[in-house]
Amino acid sequence: MACVTDEVLVMNGAEQSPMLPDLYKVRQVHRETDDAFTLELGRAAGHQPFGFSAGQFNMLYVHGIGEVPISISGDPGGQATLVHTTRAVGAVTRAMRALRAGDMLGVRGPFGVGWPVAQAEGHDVVVVAGGIGLAPLRPTIYHVLANRDRYGRVVILYGTRTPGDILFRKQLEAWRARLDIEVYVTVDRATEGWNGNVGVVTKLVPKAPFDRTRTVAMICGPEIMMRFTALELERRGIDADHIYLSMERNMKCGIGLCGHCQCGAAFICKDGPVFRYDAIRELLSRREI
Amino acid sequence: MHTLEPILAEHPFLKGLRQEHLALLVGCASNVRFEAGAFVFRQGQEANHFFILRDGKVAVEAFAPQKGAVAIDTYGEGDVLGWSWLLPPYRWRFDARAVEPTRMISLDARCMRTKCENDHDLGYELMKRFAGIIEQRLDATRWQLLDLYGVRD
Ligand SMILES: Cc1cc2nc3c(=O)[nH]c(=O)nc-3n(C[C@H](O)[C@H](O)[C@H](O)COP(=O)(O)OP(=O)(O)OC[C@H]3O[C@@H](n4cnc5c(N)ncnc54)[C@H](O)[C@@H]3O)c2cc1C
Ligand code: FES
Repeated sequence: MACVTDEVLVMNGAEQSPMLPDLYKVRQVHRETDDAFTLELGRAAGHQPFGFSAGQFNMLYVHGIGEVPISISGDPGGQATLVHTTRAVGAVTRAMRALRAGDMLGVRGPFGVGWPVAQAEGHDVVVVAGGIGLAPLRPTIYHVLANRDRYGRVVILYGTRTPGDILFRKQLEAWRARLDIEVYVTVDRATEGWNGNVGVVTKLVPKAPFDRTRTVAMICGPEIMMRFTALELERRGIDADHIYLSMERNMKCGIGLCGHCQCGAAFICKDGPVFRYDAIRELLSRREI
Repeated sequence: MHTLEPILAEHPFLKGLRQEHLALLVGCASNVRFEAGAFVFRQGQEANHFFILRDGKVAVEAFAPQKGAVAIDTYGEGDVLGWSWLLPPYRWRFDARAVEPTRMISLDARCMRTKCENDHDLGYELMKRFAGIIEQRLDATRWQLLDLYGVRD
């Protein structure tokens, strides 16, 4: 876990400038879908483990191109490699997709406040993900499954564009095969041969098996999807202070100094990216922010 | 006597319906079962039923000559299928096909329309419930049109 003091970041016990990237080497590249890929990274020098909390992000620097915030998608309990899953949308993420094993990448982090996995203990956990939003939530799922007896029912609701866009498909299938977790997947547009659910992810909420009086819900996806999902969860009877979501804004420093990610009074990089819904609800519905 | 009343009373779509209205519905209801792949209804056919899903899964499909059948929505346990029976010309706009073995309660449309005409309280109650479903589906369709997960530009 990282914490920011004036100019110095205390990261994994070692002091260094928060603006200075560590060098990492790409160990493996996994193609997830047409435009999403996972990079497994290892330190270029030394083997110190990379500690992080579920929901935190790193600033990833592709040399000569630029730096972008990307959530950590790996297992917070298994720190052999640092894992990031990214969708190629623009200059930096496309350059990142072109990286191959052995290539170098700069890493700053981990930054931000993660998912409330400790507060969720003793509760049912509902994870609602849209599109690439499953990646920032995967560490939470790893954590909950590694500590299964501390949680009530565990439900994953995942919606994406087409069957070909389903992220971590094999893993979702493996989770679904377990007897202690419920996994529901839906796509906005079916293609031939798809026999699963069709329709938006909010449609899954009314039928999901959880106890509304003791549930913590965590949502990640496009902002409109998160807004509608939070409304649907409230309609199901979950209080706004038991709903959490992860916000995205363009970032530069990642540590609350430059103001790039400011959203109302909050800095997404430092106070988030994960926020309680009742704290962020107003901002979600305001156009100009 | 064994009737469908307890099943209808427990279904999310009908929960809370007054006892006498439920009794009217039971008179129009029958159990049906569709095997995977079987059509529940076809586009253009007369809409003479609507369905309360008990279990299984039904896909509503649109057929386009170049694309074949495309599933545009799926329904499962707790859902209600079909509202073309409510308004003239009482014809299905899409195909509906069971994706899995599916059990439903079928409500006869003529029987229902007559009962709703004769008892406007029942008619109004059902209209309110269908309006809620139509609103949800309209929202969902708008959201699908936004193509939220598409590439940002
Ligand atoms: C805390 C945080 C965690 C993130 N985690 C992930 C992750 O795990 N995986 C992942 O694929 N992406 C993640 N993102 C989004 C990622 O940072 C952006 O996609 C990336 O910065 C785009 O950079 P680019 O240079 O490739 O594209 P650009 O050329 O900067 O942008 C391409 C297009 O995407 C839009 N865009 C850029 N950034 C964002 C954004 N943050 N939100 C909405 N639209 C944007 C631009 O307006 C433009 O239309 C995260 C963002 C934040 C803030
Ligand atoms: S990115 Fe600089 S303040 Fe948040």
